[in-house]
Amino acid sequence: MNRLPDTASQRVQAEPDVEQWLHLYQQMVKIREFEEKVNELYTQALMPGLAHLYIGQEAVAVGVCEALRRDDYITSTHRGHGHCLAKGASVERMFAELLGKEAGYCRGKGGSMHIADQDTGNLGANAIVGGSAGIATGAAFTAKRLGTGQVAVCFFGEGALGQGLLYEVMNLAQLWKLPVIYVCENNLYNEYTRYTETTAGDPLARAKAFGIYAEEVDGQDVRAVYTTMQRLVERSRLGEGPAFLLCHTYRYRGHHVGDINRTYYRSKEEEQEWMALRDPLKKLTEFLIGQQLTDQTVLDRIHADVKVEIEAAAQFAIDAAYPDVSQVAQHVYA
Amino acid sequence: MPDANGRELTFAEAIREALAEEMRRDPRVFIVGEDVAEAGTPFKVLSGLVEEFGPERVIDSPISEAGITGLGVGVAMTGLRPVVDIMFGDFITLTMDQMVNQAAKVHYMSGGKLKVPLVLRTTLGATRRSAAQHSQSLHAWFSHVPGLKVVIPSTPYDAKGLLKTAIRDDNPVAFFEDKMMYKLKGPVPAEEYTIPFGVADIKRAGADITIVATSSMVQVALGAAKLLEEIGVSAEVVDPRTTAPLDKQTLIESAKKTSRAIVVDEGYERYGVTAEIASVIADGAFYYLDAPVKRIGAMDVPIPFSPPLEDATVPNEQMVFEMAKTLCGKA
Repeated sequence: MNRLPDTASQRVQAEPDVEQWLHLYQQMVKIREFEEKVNELYTQALMPGLAHLYIGQEAVAVGVCEALRRDDYITSTHRGHGHCLAKGASVERMFAELLGKEAGYCRGKGGSMHIADQDTGNLGANAIVGGSAGIATGAAFTAKRLGTGQVAVCFFGEGALGQGLLYEVMNLAQLWKLPVIYVCENNLYNEYTRYTETTAGDPLARAKAFGIYAEEVDGQDVRAVYTTMQRLVERSRLGEGPAFLLCHTYRYRGHHVGDINRTYYRSKEEEQEWMALRDPLKKLTEFLIGQQLTDQTVLDRIHADVKVEIEAAAQFAIDAAYPDVSQVAQHVYA
Repeated sequence: MPDANGRELTFAEAIREALAEEMRRDPRVFIVGEDVAEAGTPFKVLSGLVEEFGPERVIDSPISEAGITGLGVGVAMTGLRPVVDIMFGDFITLTMDQMVNQAAKVHYMSGGKLKVPLVLRTTLGATRRSAAQHSQSLHAWFSHVPGLKVVIPSTPYDAKGLLKTAIRDDNPVAFFEDKMMYKLKGPVPAEEYTIPFGVADIKRAGADITIVATSSMVQVALGAAKLLEEIGVSAEVVDPRTTAPLDKQTLIESAKKTSRAIVVDEGYERYGVTAEIASVIADGAFYYLDAPVKRIGAMDVPIPFSPPLEDATVPNEQMVFEMAKTLCGKA
């Protein structure tokens, strides 16, 4: 590793070039199209279980993960498809896992809420809200102990702010200066309850109370998420300890696919407003075209290519075999 | 068992020696917990380790059982081998999500890709006058969960060999030490040895009745066996040593041989370790049994503070003796 300057303030980030922005765009499109396909598979009863869609929050996963190395760790949540994809997971194996097929990332044993992919540093999605905070912090401990230069990112929703584990491990991370970045995605709703009904005070102040470096960012602006995250990652890599990033975002769909009638907890107008005015894809499109960095035909081609990839991957998963029942008792113990 | 050549260690010393040997052998092994470093735990089990291995490998943590266990899970998933110290077994309640929903399931949920080589060391055992929140024996809770292994040693020799195995195991292992036994002495050879999981040990051979006893109850069972000998009953004492995996075969074979069995464990009796083991024996030795399989666990009450009350909740020699006598028709 090259010798790097001593403090975050001395570092200068190079402005990404158009290829990088287009890559971010493509990643966000991939997540959106993937999730639309999940919705379709689910409503056609091809997908068992539950589907918690990430649509609307794409800029957070992509902006964060693009600032990471392949061997950096992430831990994810029940709403985790976007995190997995952004970290580099293959859509084929993702779909296969969602459908409970043997070709899936976890041989069909984990499903939508438990996808893990060692090869991309993904230590797993977690269906216990806040449940992975310890795992991410532990991964950062290992990175520091072994001097690998890796960082760990802990994704969680604002609902996890209600879980005590998070505060226990944030305390450890700051005490021991661990390279972990806690990324809080505030999509405004703890399942079916607005976060203001469940969250006292200022979420950022909670991190700051531990002395953890904390920032907030417009989670619909992938450029802002990415550049902010680059700074946070670099300071953690340099041994400056943990950080906390609060991303203001919005879940376009229900808590899960079956959550259709949402008017008892939020208005249609609110949903329309976020989709019309704060959509992450639209925001990046406006920037790229406004700055004449690209044109609509390039973006359309990205969409078309992604759709082809998604359709093929979904078909792969539909055609793939279920695991043999004999596998049920395998992998209980290593 | 190799010859100890007269070498004796206390239970606590055996634990410490196992940790020290494994930490010397494998730089990935480290200890994290409350008051584990200079204090060496309230029971002084870890005294001297921080002096040898330094504060980087014997790490004092905040009072955050869930946090350090969760940290341990992540550490174990990424290549180190943590030994998490949970001071009192009663506090495993605070680690439950991390042990039960995380550690136990990571390997399975990931389709066999991720591993959690974590050891959670904690205590069990009453009669220390520590009342309801520092006296319980909750090893049945972890024994219930697929993906966890559970070790409940009863001698210094077993404690050392089993702890070394636990640290080398690629799975999450809960290791329960009877806090009343830390000063118990027993033979421990100087040379290297490990003890495999899932292998019961016959602590005393006998012909008339099998007493399956765990951890703190092994000494109780051996005491009862002496009393039984005086009335002409030959009791076999079998120690499963691990509840998960459980050496069903040895338990069943012993019961087949003696045709009677009592199971004694310091966990609460209802839905407890005794229930599981009694069921294993009843199933496996049914046609050989001359009497129903009986069990004795801790009384199903919160553990009281007042000494005479507390003593009444824990199985003792006399209770085991009386039950065995009855089963053998000597009443």
